[in-house]
Amino acid sequence: MPAARPRWRPDWESLSLHATFALISAVAIVFLIAPSLIVILTSLTASQSLRFPPDGLSLRWYAALLDAHQMQQATWTSLVVAFWATLLCAVLGTPAALAIARSDRVGARLLDLLFMSPLLLPALAFGFAALVFIYKLGLRPSIPFLILGHVIVCVPFVLRTTLAALTQLDPSLLDASASLGAGRWMTFRRVTLPLIGRGVGAGSFLAFMASFDNVPVSLFLADERTEVLPIHLWQQIETNLDVRTAAASGVIVVFTLLLMLLAERFAGLTSQMR
Amino acid sequence: MQEDGLRLVLPLAAVFVGFFVAPLFMLLALSLSREADMHALTLAHYVKFFTDPFNYSILWATLLLGVKATVLCLLFGYPIAWIASRVHARWQTVLLFLVILPIMTSVVVRTFSWIVILGRQGVLNRIAMGLGLTSEPLRLLFTETGVVMVLAQVQMPLMVLPILTVMSKLDPNLADASRVLGAGEWRTLWRVTLPLSLPGVIAGCILTYSASVTAFVTQTLIGGARLVYMPLHIYQQAIGANNWPFAAAISIIFMLAVLCVVAVLNMLMRVTPDHASR
Repeated sequence: MPAARPRWRPDWESLSLHATFALISAVAIVFLIAPSLIVILTSLTASQSLRFPPDGLSLRWYAALLDAHQMQQATWTSLVVAFWATLLCAVLGTPAALAIARSDRVGARLLDLLFMSPLLLPALAFGFAALVFIYKLGLRPSIPFLILGHVIVCVPFVLRTTLAALTQLDPSLLDASASLGAGRWMTFRRVTLPLIGRGVGAGSFLAFMASFDNVPVSLFLADERTEVLPIHLWQQIETNLDVRTAAASGVIVVFTLLLMLLAERFAGLTSQMR
Repeated sequence: MQEDGLRLVLPLAAVFVGFFVAPLFMLLALSLSREADMHALTLAHYVKFFTDPFNYSILWATLLLGVKATVLCLLFGYPIAWIASRVHARWQTVLLFLVILPIMTSVVVRTFSWIVILGRQGVLNRIAMGLGLTSEPLRLLFTETGVVMVLAQVQMPLMVLPILTVMSKLDPNLADASRVLGAGEWRTLWRVTLPLSLPGVIAGCILTYSASVTAFVTQTLIGGARLVYMPLHIYQQAIGANNWPFAAAISIIFMLAVLCVVAVLNMLMRVTPDHASR
């Protein structure tokens, strides 16, 4: 808050700092947003080439997506894998977060470190390790292993946001519930869960997006017949840069934006991520 | 209550032991064996890595790439966090939303849009040539400059969010006190706000750094086939050359290298609060 000044004079120092930081932030925001806008505008081109600004506007490449069966199949696979991975992350991650938040033992902190480590370690190295492991067990990559691999790399998101929500939870509420005769399950369902629900929700959203987007783990754990969307799109980009890929990208950007708005509305996404 | 508490962690712990810890130990064992059948014990793959300049130059280039991307993120991310911590709550949400958007968008899509921007006929080159800044199209795609730019865009939220978290908890009286005592805004930033927000800065650096060095898709699509970083090197050795023990050895080396950098940064974080409170 600006302090009351005896007489007004331009505060060049304050002005220069604010101007510099505002300018840097403005450049950064353009830098952050421009790619998404440009890919959407490019995908609306009427011509065959990926140029910006587009030559004429049309939705023909979006219409062409309706016939891209391989891409649709890959999208479905990715959605199914992300759904199961997210469900498992929430079901395994929420109780684990409860346990870690309640315990002040060293073991709990070590477990927390273990569960967070997939965020810091190279996911590609983990994908490769998991593949080696599966082969040594005499098994082959398959969709259940793919989902399990995604759980490992996505569960940190659920844990982070749920733990953050739990630190805001007043323990006296739990005591009150218990002293009023509610059992543990009742207390969890009626007191704890409603209070941490937004944290779990935001974490699950992040886990879903991370799974839907995962390349390094899927590269090793998907079997030959299974193709996930990001890898399919990647191959499209590496082989023939066509405008259909831009249209698919446009669809993904718009859906991501919609999901983010929903997550913001119902789980307070931006405040949960802090 | 305590005993009951730790029981809840068991299912996830079991999954991690079975499908995370066990595979990593398997990887370690594989890296120490001569052939993929895992019999004879040997350090040959590690010796090979560190005696071949091609191999360790890739490791070095990767670790350096992370530093460049992290520094760029910090230069842009710190001002964003500083402004976000000072604006009205509604604007803060809008600002954060814009910062988070890129990391939420599929990595392949994001990288693809950069190809449209950075290419020879791309947006950036047409702007540069239109303004007469250059007569020849600049080479941005398949260069390290391009990779660093894209990594910085993608990882920005990992830098901004931790800094903002720490900054919002700072007592505004400290900055006011500094000003009342005659320090200008720049001096207050440099001597008060920045030191106090260092834990957030370091946390942001840890996240940005580890995400940048391991960003396989961005490195490969923007960097192209000639710029090889560690993740692509591991992939090529594992799948392309089918040399599993060597791929395992370089995976272990890479993981340890990333962990070392993270551990050093983490130690810095432990030192700073003491330093700041004095």
